[in-house]
Amino acid sequence: MHLHKYEKIWMASGVGTLLVFLIVLGIGAFYQGTQPPSCMVTLDPQNVQAHEAFKEENLGLQQLGEKEYTLNVLASAFNYNLGKDEDGNNVKTIRIPAGSKVMFQATTEDVIHGFQLAGTNVNMMLEPGYISTLETTLDNPGTYTLICNEYCGTGHHLMTATVEVYEE
Amino acid sequence: MIAEKTGLSKADSRLVMSFMWVTFISLLIGGLMGLLQTLVRTGNFNLPFGIGYYQILTVHGVILGLVLTTFFIIGFQFALMAKTVGMTNKQRKWAWASFWVMLIGTIASAIMILLGKASVLYTFYAPLKAHPIFYFGLTFVVVGSWIACFVNFHQLYQWKKKHQGEHSPLLAFMVVINMLMWFICTLGVAATVLIQFIPWSLGLVGEINILVSRTLFWYFGHPLVYFWLLPAYMAWYAILPKIIGGKIFSDSLARLAFILFLIFSIPVGFHHQLLEPGIDPMWKYIQVVLTFAVIIPSLLTAFSMFATFEITGRQKGYTGLFGWFRHLPWKDVRFFAPFMGMVAFIPAGAGGIINASNQMNQVVHNTIWVTGHFHLTLATTVILTFFGITYWLVPVLTGRKIDKKINTLGMTQTIVWLVGMFFMSGSMHLAGLLGAPRRSAFSDYQGSAQAAEWIGYQYGQAIGGSILFIGILIMLYNFFYMTFKAPKGVEEFPIAEAPDGSEPTPLVLENWKLWIGITVVLIAFAYTIPFVDIIQNSPPGSPPFEWPIGNG
Repeated sequence: MHLHKYEKIWMASGVGTLLVFLIVLGIGAFYQGTQPPSCMVTLDPQNVQAHEAFKEENLGLQQLGEKEYTLNVLASAFNYNLGKDEDGNNVKTIRIPAGSKVMFQATTEDVIHGFQLAGTNVNMMLEPGYISTLETTLDNPGTYTLICNEYCGTGHHLMTATVEVYEE
Repeated sequence: MIAEKTGLSKADSRLVMSFMWVTFISLLIGGLMGLLQTLVRTGNFNLPFGIGYYQILTVHGVILGLVLTTFFIIGFQFALMAKTVGMTNKQRKWAWASFWVMLIGTIASAIMILLGKASVLYTFYAPLKAHPIFYFGLTFVVVGSWIACFVNFHQLYQWKKKHQGEHSPLLAFMVVINMLMWFICTLGVAATVLIQFIPWSLGLVGEINILVSRTLFWYFGHPLVYFWLLPAYMAWYAILPKIIGGKIFSDSLARLAFILFLIFSIPVGFHHQLLEPGIDPMWKYIQVVLTFAVIIPSLLTAFSMFATFEITGRQKGYTGLFGWFRHLPWKDVRFFAPFMGMVAFIPAGAGGIINASNQMNQVVHNTIWVTGHFHLTLATTVILTFFGITYWLVPVLTGRKIDKKINTLGMTQTIVWLVGMFFMSGSMHLAGLLGAPRRSAFSDYQGSAQAAEWIGYQYGQAIGGSILFIGILIMLYNFFYMTFKAPKGVEEFPIAEAPDGSEPTPLVLENWKLWIGITVVLIAFAYTIPFVDIIQNSPPGSPPFEWPIGNG
C-alpha cells in the first residue's frame, strides 16, 4: 500500500505527539501519583453504618493532625449527610483552614451519586457498595459548592452542601 | 427507468424512506425536548402539566441518541448496500422486519417514558428502576438492529460469491465494518439488559450488581459513538469526492482507517468510568491508551479529505497555495454541510482528548462541558453530515431533483445550525469549566455564589438552543419539500471512484477472520482481568429504587 511522503510525515508527527502525551499522562499517574479516584474498598450498601467511617458519629469533618483532615460523607437521595453539630442540627457547611490536606471519603446508601467540589479537582462517582476516596490539599481560600453531578432522581439538582476554606 | 439510473428500485426506496420518516419525526420530538431543557435551565421557565425535567431529558437522550441515529444510519446503510451490492426480495423482507421490530421497541419505550415510569436517562442508572417495558422496548430496538446487521452481512456475502476474487465495493465494505462493530458492542448492552435489568425489574431477582451493569453498558457506550461517526466518514471518504467532482484519495487507506476503527473502538469503555471506584487504575490507564489509538484513523481521515480536496482542485486547474481551497463548491449544500461538520470535528476531537485523559477527566467529568463536547461531535459533525446526505438521498428516493430553492434553504439551515451550536456548545464548555453539572434541572444550589456565575452561560445555552430549534424547523420543512414538493426528475446517487492507475487494494484488508480475530483478542485483553476482578470483589447487590424517579 502506497503512502504519500507528506502522509508519512503527518502520521509520524501525529502518532509521535500522541505517544509523548500518553507518556506524560502515565508519569503523572504512576510516578507522581495523581491517579483517578479508584478506591477498591467495598461495603454492604444496605448497611453502610457497619463501616467505621460511616457511623453517624464519625460523619463530617474529622481532624487527624495539624492541617490534616478526613471528611466522611454519606450520600443519599437527595442529601449529603455531614453529621450533626453540637446542637444536634444537620451540618450543611464544612469549614477547613486553607492549606489543609483533606481526604474525602464518601459512599451512598441508595442510588448512584456524584461528588464534586465545584471549582476544584475534587470529582468522583459514588456507587452503592463502594467507598470513594480522593485526597487533595485545599490551598485557595473561598466558598466552594459541593454538588451532586450524577443523576440520582427528581431532586438531584437540590443535592448540595458547602465547603468553606478559610485563611487562618 | 428511474431505478436504472439511480440504482435503487422503488421497493428499496420505500424501505429507506420509512427509516427517514422515523429519523425526522424523532428530530422534531427530541429537538423540542432539548429546547425545553435549555429554557428550564434559565430559571425563568417551568414545564407545564407536571412534566418533569428528567422525563424530557430522558426523551431527548433516547430519541436523539438512540432512535434518530440508529434509524438514519440503518436506512442510509440499506441504501448504500442496495446501490453497491444489491438487495434481494428476501433480504428486503428481513430489512422490513428490522424496521418494524425497532419501531415497536421504540414506541413501547417511549410510552413508558411519557408515562413517567422510566426517567432513568438512556444510560440506565441502576439501581434506579424503570418499568420493565422500557427495558424490553430497548431490547427490541437492539434486536431489530441485529436483523439489519445480518441482512447487510448476507448482502455482501452473496455479492462476493458472485464476484470471486474481486474487492468488495468500498461503501459495502464500510457498512459491514460498522455493523460488525455494532454487533460486537451491543452484545454488552444486551447482556446487561437481558441478564441483569429485566429479571431484576420484574422482581425475579432481588438485587443488581451495579458496577458489572455499568461496565457492560460502557463496553457498548463508546463504540456507540463510533457507530454514529462511521456513516459520516463513509460519506466523507466515498461520496464527497464525487460531489466535488473528484476521486477517492486512496481506496486502501479508507479501508485501513475503517479496520482501525473496528479494532480500537471497543476495548475503551473504562474512559467513561475513570472516576468510578472498584476499577484498578492500571486498567483504566491501559484503556485510555487504547482510546487514544482511535486518533490514528481520524488523522488518516483528515489527511485523506484535504488531499482529495487539493488534488481535485488542482486537476480542475486552480493553482496557487490555496486556489484549490477557494474553489471548492462552497455553494453546494451537499458539500457545505458535511464540510462544516468536519471543521467542527477539530475542536470536538480536541475536547474528546481532554475528556479521556485519565486523571484530567476529574476536571470535567459530569460537568456540562461534556454535554458541550458531544453536541459538537454528534450534534454538529455527525448531524450536519447526515443532513448533507439527506439533500441528495431523499430526492434520489422520491424521484425528485435538488432545486435552487432547496439548496438555498439547506445552506441557510447549515448556517443557522452553526450559529446556534456556537452559542449553545460554547456556553456549555465554558460553564463546565466553572463546575456547572450536566443532567441537572435549574438550581441555585442554596444561593451559592458559584452557581450564580453559571446563570449567564445558561442563558447562552437557551439562546443557542432556540436558534437550533429554528434550524430543526427549517430542516423539517426541507425534508417535506424534498419528499412532496421538489420538481420530479432523476437525481444522482453520488459514489466516488478510485483514481485511475492506483495500486490494487491489498487483499489482506478484506481478511475478515483476521480483523475480527484481532478485535476479539484486544477486547479480551482489555476487559478479561479487570472484569473478573470486578465480579470477584463485588459488594452485595442493590435492590431496585423507584421513588427517586417519582415513581411509587
